[in-house]
Amino acid sequence: MKLQEYRSKEILARHGVPLLAGMTATTPEQARAAAADIGGPVVVKAQVLVGGRGKAGGVKLAATPDEAEDRARQIIGLDIKGTTVKTVLIAPAADIAHEYYLGLILDRASKAIVVIASAEGGVEIEETAKTNPEAILRLAVHPLIGLQEHEVRRIAFFLGIPADLRRDFAVVLRGLYAAFVESDADLAEINPLVVTDDGQLLALDAKIVLDDSALPRHADLEAMRDLNEEEPSEIAAREAGISFIKLDGTIGCMVNGAGLAMTTMDLVKLAGGEPANFLDIGGGAKAERVAAAFKIILDDPNVKAILINIFGGITRGDEVARGIVEARSQLTRDVPMVVRIVGTNSEEAKPILAEAQLITADSLDDAAAKAVAAARGAA
Amino acid sequence: MSILVNRETRLLVQGVTGREGEFHSTAMLEYGTNIVAGVTPGKGGQSALGGKVPVFDTVADAVEQTGANASCIFVPAAFAPDAMLEAADGGLPLVICITEGVPALDMLRVYHVLKGKGVRLIGPNCPGLTSVDEAKVGIIPGNIHTRGPVGLVSRSGTLTYEVVQAMTDAGIGQTTTVGVGGDPIIGTSFIDVLDMFNQDSETEAIVMIGEIGGEEEEKAAAFCAREVRKPMAAFIAGRTAPPGRRMGHAGAIISGGAGTAESKRAALEEAGIRVADSPSHIPQLLRDAGVR
Repeated sequence: MKLQEYRSKEILARHGVPLLAGMTATTPEQARAAAADIGGPVVVKAQVLVGGRGKAGGVKLAATPDEAEDRARQIIGLDIKGTTVKTVLIAPAADIAHEYYLGLILDRASKAIVVIASAEGGVEIEETAKTNPEAILRLAVHPLIGLQEHEVRRIAFFLGIPADLRRDFAVVLRGLYAAFVESDADLAEINPLVVTDDGQLLALDAKIVLDDSALPRHADLEAMRDLNEEEPSEIAAREAGISFIKLDGTIGCMVNGAGLAMTTMDLVKLAGGEPANFLDIGGGAKAERVAAAFKIILDDPNVKAILINIFGGITRGDEVARGIVEARSQLTRDVPMVVRIVGTNSEEAKPILAEAQLITADSLDDAAAKAVAAARGAA
Repeated sequence: MSILVNRETRLLVQGVTGREGEFHSTAMLEYGTNIVAGVTPGKGGQSALGGKVPVFDTVADAVEQTGANASCIFVPAAFAPDAMLEAADGGLPLVICITEGVPALDMLRVYHVLKGKGVRLIGPNCPGLTSVDEAKVGIIPGNIHTRGPVGLVSRSGTLTYEVVQAMTDAGIGQTTTVGVGGDPIIGTSFIDVLDMFNQDSETEAIVMIGEIGGEEEEKAAAFCAREVRKPMAAFIAGRTAPPGRRMGHAGAIISGGAGTAESKRAALEEAGIRVADSPSHIPQLLRDAGVR
């Protein structure tokens, strides 16, 4: 789960990272009041989870409260890569002498928390990695002993942190590391970390991505979820315990197992169609889960056909077939459905599906082709 | 031969009295797996699985009294890291963790502790493994297999079953099928299993089922080009997956332009490995590569 900038800064501030927190606003009037409260020039920053908000006009300087109100009016409601801005952060403007990048990631290859540091701050680290890879230091911290003094020193020297700020830099890096570990993050980055004209070290922007698997033990962080930035269908799916991602195609997919769900989407594409979603219904494929999945898929008006692909290993095929037929009978909107059930009791499933006049298929390739044809027929 | 588990495996099941643990342990017993013990704290002295398996409070007790030499873990995610550490402390050389949803930072610590003790961990978030007609550990349905010359390694569950079933239907049998797990931090990598299959005299060909996210498939491709002379076929799921989204598995995410299906396919093909467009093409690719 990605956190908004102002939430990420809240967490970093709790761990002692120096920053100019600012205030959030959802109306131009609130922005004005916040700017007046802060005093002096401010930055008005769109709070969205997509990247590239600066280029999209989502970050603007304002010298006075009047200007802040005006800028906020321009930014609130702005569409940035499909997300409508609802909230802006009003933060004191800083005079920047130098910008750095400082990030931590959970690195699957080295099985460690890796510090990524670059003296070229303010640009995306992926960009620096392409254009100037020598400017980046990657340092793996052993998870059993944590960040060591010599590691902090090495990073400070690599970045060329001025001698009088090295102690402050250690506070920043240790705070970032503590925030990462204590909130169970996948990624925590400060970009840019700046030295101001008056010689202060400050985190000007922050981004934290949390490990979804650890959220059950962080109710306070779960509460930071921004529902404004999630598809309503994805919120409904999460509440039903279904793994779901909305896409732009016309063929709804209902599958048990994540790898098989991705494969089903791939084969729909290979057959000339476009998948409308990723959906892993999980183990068991119980009737109420199937019903919830139908509702989520059919809430998307683009869906012209549904492809159901169930590998009955543990799950019994005839039970799944009955669940599908039962759930379908209660639908308010119906589209052609292609059902493929294989594995345990798949033979017993066939007459149940045939009686309900569902299109059936033996192979996944065949099922994908039939679903594509059905979607075209319905379009 | 087979790899990792066989008739000599004396399996202990952690979480044997839970719903999942009991259900799948029963299926393992039916398959012929030698389950010698179960562990559920507080239920020591009872028996499980219709009286066939004694239950112990701790792994240490179970190992001491039954000589268990492998553990299969079915406990909920919040308790799974502790269960893996307990299995390692109990001296078990092989631990298979089925549990999904283990926090990644916990797994980092567990990984390094188990590695330090020389314990082979498979998973978490994996379907387990089957050495055909010898032992099945985990949740892979037993009836999809037939014994034969092909080793299979995968990051997925039902997609693995799909491929195994397609092979069995085509008359191509398996030595061992291994699901290494769909999480970002897992104990055993593709390369580890490929190396075992490469050294296994009965395994004549290898199938690898990958998916988007990370660089394991790319590394495996480089390893195969260097070390493996056995015929191979592969499939990579997730060509249509959008970047930046977790596709069900915690590890299945394209981030910063890395970990795409196309990059993995290209790496495998460069290593001379045939890559299928559909799981159903795997048997034909194996035939083309010379598998009888």
